[in-house]
Parts: sequence; structure tokens; C-alpha cells
Amino acid sequence: MQAIVSQIGRNTYRTRKNKFFLGMVVFFSMLTILPILLIIYKLIAKGIHQINLSFFTESAPDTLEAMTALNNGEVIPGGILNGITGTLFMVILASIMAIPIGIMIGIYLYENAEKRFANLIRDISDVMQGVPSIVLGLISYIWIVKNVTGGYSALAGATALGIMMLPLIIRSTEETLKMIPQSIKEAAFALGVPYHKVMLRVLIPSSLSGLLTGILLAISRVLGETAPLMLTALGSPVVNLQIDSPTSAVPLLIWEFYNDPNMVDLIWSSSLFLMGFVLALNLISKRIAAKST
Amino acid sequence: MNSEKISKGLLLAASFVILLITTGMVLSLVSGSIPVFSKLGFHFIFSSAWNPTEGREDYGALPFIAGTIITSILALLIAFPLAFSTSLFIGEYFRGKWFAKVLGTLVDLLAGIPSIVYGLWGFYVLRPFIVDMGLSSQGYGIFTSGLILAIMIIPYATSISTEIISMVPNDLKEAAYSLGSTKFEVIFNVIVPSARSGIFASYILAFGRAMGETMAVTMLIGNTNAIPSGLFDTGNTMASVIANQFGEADGLKLSALIAIGLLLFVITALINAAGKFIIKKFS
Repeated sequence: MQAIVSQIGRNTYRTRKNKFFLGMVVFFSMLTILPILLIIYKLIAKGIHQINLSFFTESAPDTLEAMTALNNGEVIPGGILNGITGTLFMVILASIMAIPIGIMIGIYLYENAEKRFANLIRDISDVMQGVPSIVLGLISYIWIVKNVTGGYSALAGATALGIMMLPLIIRSTEETLKMIPQSIKEAAFALGVPYHKVMLRVLIPSSLSGLLTGILLAISRVLGETAPLMLTALGSPVVNLQIDSPTSAVPLLIWEFYNDPNMVDLIWSSSLFLMGFVLALNLISKRIAAKST
Repeated sequence: MNSEKISKGLLLAASFVILLITTGMVLSLVSGSIPVFSKLGFHFIFSSAWNPTEGREDYGALPFIAGTIITSILALLIAFPLAFSTSLFIGEYFRGKWFAKVLGTLVDLLAGIPSIVYGLWGFYVLRPFIVDMGLSSQGYGIFTSGLILAIMIIPYATSISTEIISMVPNDLKEAAYSLGSTKFEVIFNVIVPSARSGIFASYILAFGRAMGETMAVTMLIGNTNAIPSGLFDTGNTMASVIANQFGEADGLKLSALIAIGLLLFVITALINAAGKFIIKKFS
């Protein structure tokens, strides 16, 4: 009898512990998503009233214009056009540098999966993926700003972003190709199709959605980068599309607004725009990935 | 046949590009930091001096190394219960349920928020909150940075450990249930032991992430070049000092910043390699 009672006692202790732990898990999980909800709420609440047409069609105001508007209690004039064009310009340049090479390296890794050299390349791109973006900014400063363009430039910014994108594209290409059935490739070879045509006409088309997902994710990763651009592209008050001149970018503008007490109101709208852009790319790429599998 | 050789050669040549970039990076960082090491020697790593006055220039990286390690460890400690619970929520308790998927998507969104937006939110929301709590008078410092870093690394720690937790074979779990185990006992006697190395590796990778974060930390840590004396003291990390001091840097100071970049590169590369090695070895 005694034994049974103690048995029951232990059982309730165990079930209570079990329930308590479940409660903790649910509590902490809810706590985890609290920040994202708070951040999105804050950006929308403070940023939405500043977003209008001129936000997308005009360059950033100078601090005097902003101060006058602030004193008169008006909405700060101007927009972030120089940042939007700069971001797009540098991301396109970075994509031109990183995407073709990245896909080629990805194909190489897939084709030579077990070779020693391929393992080395795979390890290197894994390590590169973890390199802090500010270090890539330093590198691009040493290589491009000092030795190629002789000053801060869009090219330098794009190089930093491109090096950042490269390992992401390599790994996503390889992972995508691995999922294509071997038989498709073998069928093409059996028909006597030359090697490069198998790559271009069979491998790449049949993995297109996967490649696209990887590319969009890589772009969304570099869109919001600020630190490497501070060291390389510097920023510019006007729209610049010259690869050897300083260029602005949306995150750089946010940093400038943050440091200028007259323009500080613009940080929320610019951040809202930047985050919306990044999250939209993220969701689109996930939608593509979900559709193709 | 010939065209096959050409295409294969092209692919091989492309692979050399990333090898070249990486070795070039190491060489450039090393050669850029030679001036400061030849002038100050290894004193540079262990000193906490930071004096840019011409003629009496003296630099040391110790406060920044300390700041980086302290904020990252703090971030990991704060992130651990949150990320671990979230992975159990998504990967075990409510696996496959729609709200688990929603939770997973929301956590993934955390990874998509740019660092500078975290910085702004930390500055305008978190920092006043910490002041209101009476924890520190200005709200800047190690603790605030660690907190924002914790939020930033949660998605990285969660995604891999969720995957590994949900991969634990069902028959192992069922065997434990059939012996009368509760969920809690299954988690700590079956799931955690068999997913241990993967979970551990995902926290190592998240730790590496935290060390390299720049903007959010720069905006919240207070930027003082001294070894922090407490949790609510201000400080600087390796990444934040580069971002902060780079604008006015040339000569020996620039070399000192590049040397800090080299140290950061080496430390994060080692941490990442260790994490990837553990994942590869045990899964």
C-alpha cells in the first residue's frame, strides 16, 4: 500500500514537472516573437505618415530644409531617391560580379562532389559565409577604394556586397542541383548532348526556381548592409550612377538621418521601406521555393 | 570532346576565384596590419591603450576583444532559453501544426531585419526601457548590446536546432513513451542526448554571428575604449570600433583598425569552422 501511494505521488510530481516545462516552452516561444511584432509595430506607427510620392521621387533633403520644415511643424520634404537608386545600382553591380561565378562554382562542386579540391572550396565558402560584413568592407576599402577607384565609390561598395553574396549563391546552387534526379542528366548525355549544353539546357533550367530562390535570398541579405558601405560607398547627397564616385544607399541614409537631429524623423519611414523591401524579397523567394517542391 | 574540356576548365577556373579572394583577403589584412605590429609588437593585442595623438601613438586591442567576447557570451546566454524553447515548440511539441509554422516564419523574419533597424529600435525603444528600469542612467552599454544581439541571433540558433530536433527518429521517442516516460523525460533523456552536438553547433554558429555584428552594437554600446567593468558599463567591440573610428583613420591608426579586422576575421573563421565541423562530424 505504502509503495503504491508513493508511486502515485511520484507520478503527479512527474506530470506536474512535465506540464510546467510545457508552460515554459510556450512562454519563452511567445517571448521570442515579441520583438519582431514590436519592431514592425514601431516602424509602421512612426514611419507610415512620412511615406508619400515625393519619398520615392526626391533626393534626401539637406539639414537646413529639414530644420525649416521641423520648425514650421510640416512633414520633412524630400525623399530617399538617392538611396534607392544607390542601393539598386550597387546590388545590381554586386549581382553581376557574384551570380555567374557563384553558379559556376556551385556547378563545379556538384559535378566533383567527392574531390579533395571541391571539399576545400566548400569549406572555404562555408568560412566566407561567416566573415563579418565589416571585415569585407575593410577588404574592399584596401582593394578598391585605395587601389582602383582612388576614392570612395559605388564599385567598392558593390565589391563588398558581391563578396558577401558569393558563398550564399555557391551553396544554394549546389544544394539545388543535388535535388535534380541523376537520370535527367544521364538521359541528356546518352543522347550525345555536349557537356556545356547539358549544363545550360538541362541542369540550369530544371533547377531555375531553386537558383532564383538562392539569388533572391542572397540579395535580401545584402540589401540592408550598412557597415561595409560606410567604409566603401560613403554616401552621396544626389543620385549617382557612376561606378567610380561615392554613392548613397538606403541604409547609409538611415545612418545619416540618425546622426542628424533635424532629420531624425526620416529614420522611421526609411527603415520601414528598407525592411518592407527585404521582407518582401524574403517572402517571394520562400514562395518560389515552396511552389517548386 | 574538346568543348567538354573547355567547360570543365571554366568551372575549375571559377572555383579558383573564391580561393583567390580568400587568400587575397588574408594577405591584404596581414600586410595592412604589419605597420602596427612592427611598431607595437604583440603588445598591441594585450594593451588597452588608445592614443591617436601624433608622436605618442599607441593602440591596443584588448578592450575590444573583451567587449566582443563579453557581449557575444551575454547574447548567447539570453538567446539560449528563447531559442531552445522555440525549437522545441516548432520541432517537437507542435510539429506540423499551423501555428508552429507561423511561429517559424515569424522567427525567420527576425533574420531578415537589417542590423541598422535593430540599432534604431534598440536606441529608441530598448534603451529608454532600460533607463526606466533603473538599470543604468543612459541605457547604453554591454547589457543593452547583449540583449539586442540575443534577439538578432535567435533565428540562427533556432533554425538549425529545430531541424535537428525534428530529425530525431520516432522509434527512439516511442520506445521511451512506451516505458511510461513523460514528454519532459523524452526531451531530456532521448531528444537532447541524440541532438546534442547539432544543437551545440547551432549555438556556436550563432555565437560567431554575434561577434561580427556591427551597426546595432555601435549604436548601443556607448563606444568607450576601455575594458568594461560591469554589465551596465559602456565599451566597444572589435566591429564597432572599426565602424566608429574608421572615418578619421589613416597611417598607424588605420593599420590598427585593419589589425583588429584581421583578429575578428581569424576568430570568427575559427568559430565557424568549429561549428561546421561538429555538424558534419555528428550528423
